Amino acid sequence: MKRDLKLILAGLAVYLVVFGLKTIGFLGDFPMLVINLSLVYMILTSSLNLINGFTGQFSIGHMGFAGIGAYISGILTTLIWKLSIDTPMHTRVPLFLVALTLGGIAAALAGFLISIPSFRLRGDYLAITTLGFGEMIRVIINNIDYVGGPRGLLGIPRISDFTIIFLITFLTILILRNIIYSSYGRALLSIREDYIASALVGVDTTKYKMFAFTVGAFFAGIGGGLLCHLIKIAHPTQFGFMGSILLLVFLYVGGMGSLTGSILAAFVLTVLERYALPVLFSSMSSFTLPRWGFEVGQEWRMVLYSFLLIIIILFRPEGLFGGKEAKILIPEEDR
Amino acid sequence: METISAIFNFKQLVNGIQLGSIYALIALGYTMVYGIIRLINFAHGDFFMIGAYAAFFMSTYLVARLGNAPIVLIFIGSMLASACAAMLTNRLVYKPLRYRPRLSALIAAIGVSMFIEYLFSSLPFIGASFRAFPEIIQRRPYQFGLIQLNNYQIINLAVTISLMLFLTFIVRKTMMGKAMRAVALDKDAARLMGIDVEKIITFTFFIGGSFAGAAGLLASITYPRIFPYMGILPGLKAFVAAVLGGIGNIPGAMLGGYIMGIAETYATAYRSLYGEGIAFAILILVLLFRPQGILGEKTAEKV
Repeated sequence: MKRDLKLILAGLAVYLVVFGLKTIGFLGDFPMLVINLSLVYMILTSSLNLINGFTGQFSIGHMGFAGIGAYISGILTTLIWKLSIDTPMHTRVPLFLVALTLGGIAAALAGFLISIPSFRLRGDYLAITTLGFGEMIRVIINNIDYVGGPRGLLGIPRISDFTIIFLITFLTILILRNIIYSSYGRALLSIREDYIASALVGVDTTKYKMFAFTVGAFFAGIGGGLLCHLIKIAHPTQFGFMGSILLLVFLYVGGMGSLTGSILAAFVLTVLERYALPVLFSSMSSFTLPRWGFEVGQEWRMVLYSFLLIIIILFRPEGLFGGKEAKILIPEEDR
Repeated sequence: METISAIFNFKQLVNGIQLGSIYALIALGYTMVYGIIRLINFAHGDFFMIGAYAAFFMSTYLVARLGNAPIVLIFIGSMLASACAAMLTNRLVYKPLRYRPRLSALIAAIGVSMFIEYLFSSLPFIGASFRAFPEIIQRRPYQFGLIQLNNYQIINLAVTISLMLFLTFIVRKTMMGKAMRAVALDKDAARLMGIDVEKIITFTFFIGGSFAGAAGLLASITYPRIFPYMGILPGLKAFVAAVLGGIGNIPGAMLGGYIMGIAETYATAYRSLYGEGIAFAILILVLLFRPQGILGEKTAEKV
């Protein structure tokens, strides 16, 4: 508790500032939505960072875990809400948290399953396996009529408000930080740095890989649950390959093995996406190239993201904060 | 009843071979590039898509200008378009990453793949919507007793097999092929022997890309509907096919492609859900139980 005190105080300060700005009406509905989204992406990106950045494994189906969490918790809350129409809000929040946790546990189970091939596979083969896994999740969801199939799961109640999301994001980051600076974290780092050497000095690589995948998937499931209760829909394409790639872009922009990077990249890129790009594109589409009828739409956003990913890999493969951490995220005895 | 189910099965088999030919052609490119530089070239499925679009634009242009579309011209054109895209990608993105960790190149490949797809769907003269591919070869059914075939199935099989024979000839009998095998075996030793490694890699991308272009043309003749994301799933499935046959192994890619095509057709006929998922199920099973593939040789991991 003591070693977490400063971080908790900092979190509280951020919360109070944002909450205060919201209360006095400075931050309206749309800015709050953007902030909430960026917080959810922080959870998703930092949980991916645990697997890819800190353990050196390679998962490119991370949104699949989020999809499991989203669908499980979404189905549960929709059912609960139907059964208890008149109950007041404050009794529903604990139920929501239970549903969220169950979604996280289901995702963690999937993460555990996907870690089994990772004992034998490394590098690109593992990447393909996780990709195949993520696509299978999407295909399965697409074909279950009960959850809406390709239409998506509609009518999920909106319960994720700023307080809940902030609290869970904060807890996620706190727990991930404490894992990284514990003996478990050292083991994960040693697997990343040199797999064979760490096995030679007695690190149980199987156990730790399993651990990283399970924990990473758990938080991804929680993030997915929060996401679908924020935007009121869970849709199979959200959790497909493109979603996972978006997380990879966030991760690589922020930097592998840096929680600070994941947090900042998720925030900055989400805000940029929702504010700067629409403005930029609306001004661009007002001029039309006569020959082609050239108009710039939302699709260019993904063109930009993928271009950004290539440029970062080519010129700054460690990302903006590769391996570096803000002081507040490092426990005092480790500085 | 027996004959009916036998005919049904045979029809599925023929359909499977028709689909498998396309997978096999894409898988050949995957396997060659992987064999030479150990890179899963994610963008390979997009070279396939570029081939289909090149064929589309050429045939509409030629039909508008000349009234008919000479198939040989379109065939060569789409192969060249894909090959140029492949060489350009190699030069601009993969070459600077050649001596970096392998995962960097993989991420870059994913980035390139997304870039091509979204660029194509954003460009106004291409667009994200589906387009109907013109019927440049007329479909002709043939009846052999109870068995029905059409010329598309025969064309697909014939083109794929002749291209594979051509590739086998290059790899086995020419100096270029000898150099390719040397680079695949040991890049540094090959360089010491005076082989221009970069030239060989470019050549590999050229061949792989042109095969993907040919596959794009065949696919858009057989299933006449094209769109910018059409390369994603065939690309992934062809990759699975390459892994199944033993990655880096040319006959293996061919075999894997046909197995994938047939398995998918039968599974889809059984239930469409299984058809979509079977590729990934096969992938995970192969990686778990025989990671070197059917025809691949087992190699010890180097420390």
